[in-house]
Amino acid sequence: MDPEISKQLAELQAQIDRLGQNAPQNKLSMVVFSGNLDRALASFIIATGAVAMGMEVVMFFTFWGTPLLRDKRKSAGGKDMMGQMFGAMLPKGAGDLKLSSLNMGGMGTAMMKSLMKKKNVASLEQMIEMAGELGVRIFICDMSMDLMGFKREEMIDYPDLTYCGVAKFLEEAMGSKIQLFI
Amino acid sequence: MAEEIKADKSMDLKGLPCPMPVVKISKGIKDVAVGEVVMCETSDPGALADFPAWAKTSGNEILQTVQEGNTVKFYIKRKV
Repeated sequence: MDPEISKQLAELQAQIDRLGQNAPQNKLSMVVFSGNLDRALASFIIATGAVAMGMEVVMFFTFWGTPLLRDKRKSAGGKDMMGQMFGAMLPKGAGDLKLSSLNMGGMGTAMMKSLMKKKNVASLEQMIEMAGELGVRIFICDMSMDLMGFKREEMIDYPDLTYCGVAKFLEEAMGSKIQLFI
Repeated sequence: MAEEIKADKSMDLKGLPCPMPVVKISKGIKDVAVGEVVMCETSDPGALADFPAWAKTSGNEILQTVQEGNTVKFYIKRKV
């Protein structure tokens, strides 16, 4: 073979190897920013579906998404006034979320929930539990926790629940085939 | 009509909406050995598109799809 061609081939091989090392993994990274019932449901349907498709899944909860991971049976003391206000005004857990449209003072959300039950669609609480069983990893934004005055002891029991900042999300997102912001 | 395929395991997923059928089959297929067949019956209309997509991505093979009224039967061979 022509030495020039062999050299080019070797260079191409090296380039392909480098690309392979940097290629994203079969992973889905999701930011759950919204605290609406419909969006939260969609995020967990996609997350559990992705596990079924053989993907690794990580979800990052930030801002209005954070309170949906509160446990309604738990409470935390030692909060300042702002923390207490946020605590009282924001949803206490997945069961408290409202639809992003057609809420109609809670009537629309109640109707949607009864319809979901009738049609056998899993509730958000059930979806979260299933995500845990399927190995979906959940990260919670530490700054959101701090801003809203949430304490770790009032969050749900979820396997390997981790608190983190933006860098952890970016690290996971960089190595993911799919990144979503919901 | 093709001859009936012998299934090593059957799953009744009727009445379960998205995303349960794919979540269940992805778990259920691990109960059979590679090369064996799972018969999976679903009433989710989305399954007609979802099962082939799931099979393709997970590396398994749908041997046969049988539509009967509102239900669909998939015969899936575990390949991986």
